[in-house]
Amino acid sequence: MNLESLVHVCLAGLSTGMFIWLVASGLTLIFGVLGVLNFAHGSFYMLGAYCAFTALKLMGGNFWLGLLVGPLVVCAVGFVIERFFLRHVYGLELPYQLLLTFAFVLLFDNLVKIIWGAGSIGSPSVPGLSGSVNILGRFFPVYNLFIIVVGPLVALGLWALIEKTWYGRIIRAASTEREMAAAIGVRVPALFTGVFVFGTWLGAVGGALAVPYIGLLTPGMGEAIIIEAFVVAVIGGLGSLKGAFLGALVIGLLSSFGTRFLPAFDMFLTFILMAAVLLWRPQGFFGKAV
Amino acid sequence: MKRYAPILFAGIALAALVLIGLIGGRFLIYLTSRVMILSIFAMGYNILFGRTGLLSFGHAAFYAGGAYGLGLFMLHVLPHPLLGIVVGVACAALLAVVIGFFCVRHTEIYFAMLTLAFGMMVFSLIWNLRDITGGDDGLVGIIRTPIALGPLSIPIIKPQSYYFLILALLLLSVFLIYRIRHSPFGLVLAGIRENEKRVAFAGVSLKNYRLGAFVLSGAFAGLAGALGTLLESSTSPFSAHWSHSAEPILVTLIGGLQTFAGPMVGSAVFIVLREVIERFTHNWMLWFSIILLVIIMGFRGGIVGILSGRRK
Repeated sequence: MNLESLVHVCLAGLSTGMFIWLVASGLTLIFGVLGVLNFAHGSFYMLGAYCAFTALKLMGGNFWLGLLVGPLVVCAVGFVIERFFLRHVYGLELPYQLLLTFAFVLLFDNLVKIIWGAGSIGSPSVPGLSGSVNILGRFFPVYNLFIIVVGPLVALGLWALIEKTWYGRIIRAASTEREMAAAIGVRVPALFTGVFVFGTWLGAVGGALAVPYIGLLTPGMGEAIIIEAFVVAVIGGLGSLKGAFLGALVIGLLSSFGTRFLPAFDMFLTFILMAAVLLWRPQGFFGKAV
Repeated sequence: MKRYAPILFAGIALAALVLIGLIGGRFLIYLTSRVMILSIFAMGYNILFGRTGLLSFGHAAFYAGGAYGLGLFMLHVLPHPLLGIVVGVACAALLAVVIGFFCVRHTEIYFAMLTLAFGMMVFSLIWNLRDITGGDDGLVGIIRTPIALGPLSIPIIKPQSYYFLILALLLLSVFLIYRIRHSPFGLVLAGIRENEKRVAFAGVSLKNYRLGAFVLSGAFAGLAGALGTLLESSTSPFSAHWSHSAEPILVTLIGGLQTFAGPMVGSAVFIVLREVIERFTHNWMLWFSIILLVIIMGFRGGIVGILSGRRK
């Protein structure tokens, strides 16, 4: 293996990793604050992709406008789910919460088929970010470089929001000591709704950004990504954003190197890493101790 | 009257099953066969889920263990369905011992994620080891050869005769699971679900009991997988996929968690409703998810819970 293929395998791994991170960030934020592992997060990703696509079509083909409007529509969906469904099952046992979000996965998969059809839709290219650049004699898609840049920016933004702002302080307070936060006047239910909607928005943005990256919209796209996002969230430590970022990098690189050297065991490696982390360090890289 | 209601229902259900087997049409027999197989899968699953409170996302792996165990045995070793079923169940149980050994170290969400990881490992192996498992094609051409028992040879090639084999194994499973449920072992499992600490203080090894429940439910999943393979004459790699693990959970939820009949009632409702709804519309998933939402939000006792006047 020479230098340029090493660089290219790394680049592919980085873009895959950053792409999963965009989805896993919202999942991790919601788990960290609300304590709910949200199967429907993959559906938000899918809905984000489809809504952005439709918004783009309706508004004259501007990708950025689609990216802005599409995820906002999905936020409304997230609001309804948290306010009218999820809120009523926080007190119940874990299976009910998981199955409730799973029911929404089935619901949205079917709704997408009704609204947009069961077939795949080809995605439009993004002006200014289409085509490839020559890196060390091989071509690499510009859009994937864009994803590699956007991922860390999102991470930076989230870090600043949570560590440096007033809202972040309240979020941290409510996630560590729910009762105490409520006692000093934080409106915890409203905060939960807000965090859930924000997490929904992150997932939907991930989906909107995924459209040009994977090139196709398919009704089952959410189910494939949610498992990868689970893996990343678990490896990093459930609820830890820092961990999810690192986990996404590890999984991205593992899958690109795995595809290169052990193509038959690419998926196997991912899950064996997930199981190993759960067994030896269930709190993940940075999670709270179990 | 209330006391005898369950026995009365069981009697009516059994009579209906026998009647369907005797005079039912081809399609009805096929459908009911699927209901019975899903019932075995869901009842076995419920040993772990309903009794012990552990939510597994890896049980599809054991279903596939039974399916591929039987398939490979029948294709390469000996075309004997009954031995094939035994081999399938043994494969699934063995797989459950290995996977369960690791998984029972955790509970709650970490248990769910561990079973998901191990289940998907099995799925990826089945998917990629094309030479052995047939990859995405699965194993095909598994024929229901006559069961040779000494001088006797029982043909099961006809759907009707195979139906009665499934029915017999369903009754055996119901009997076994009923006995397990009411054994000291089963009571300890219920104790673990209700109050883990107390059971541990009483000197019980939580891990061993959880592993026991895990292996038992894995073995029943394997039985369902083996029977399903004989019914369809083929296996599918997606039988090992995590989304297939959700099926027994969902039917149990519809039928009624923590009830004995719940998984069976749920399986029947699931499969029959699906056939009925798909007559009219392609959007079965939509209606199914709405039913799930209604049950989770308001009727957590499921159908059995509603009928017996218990609401949780």
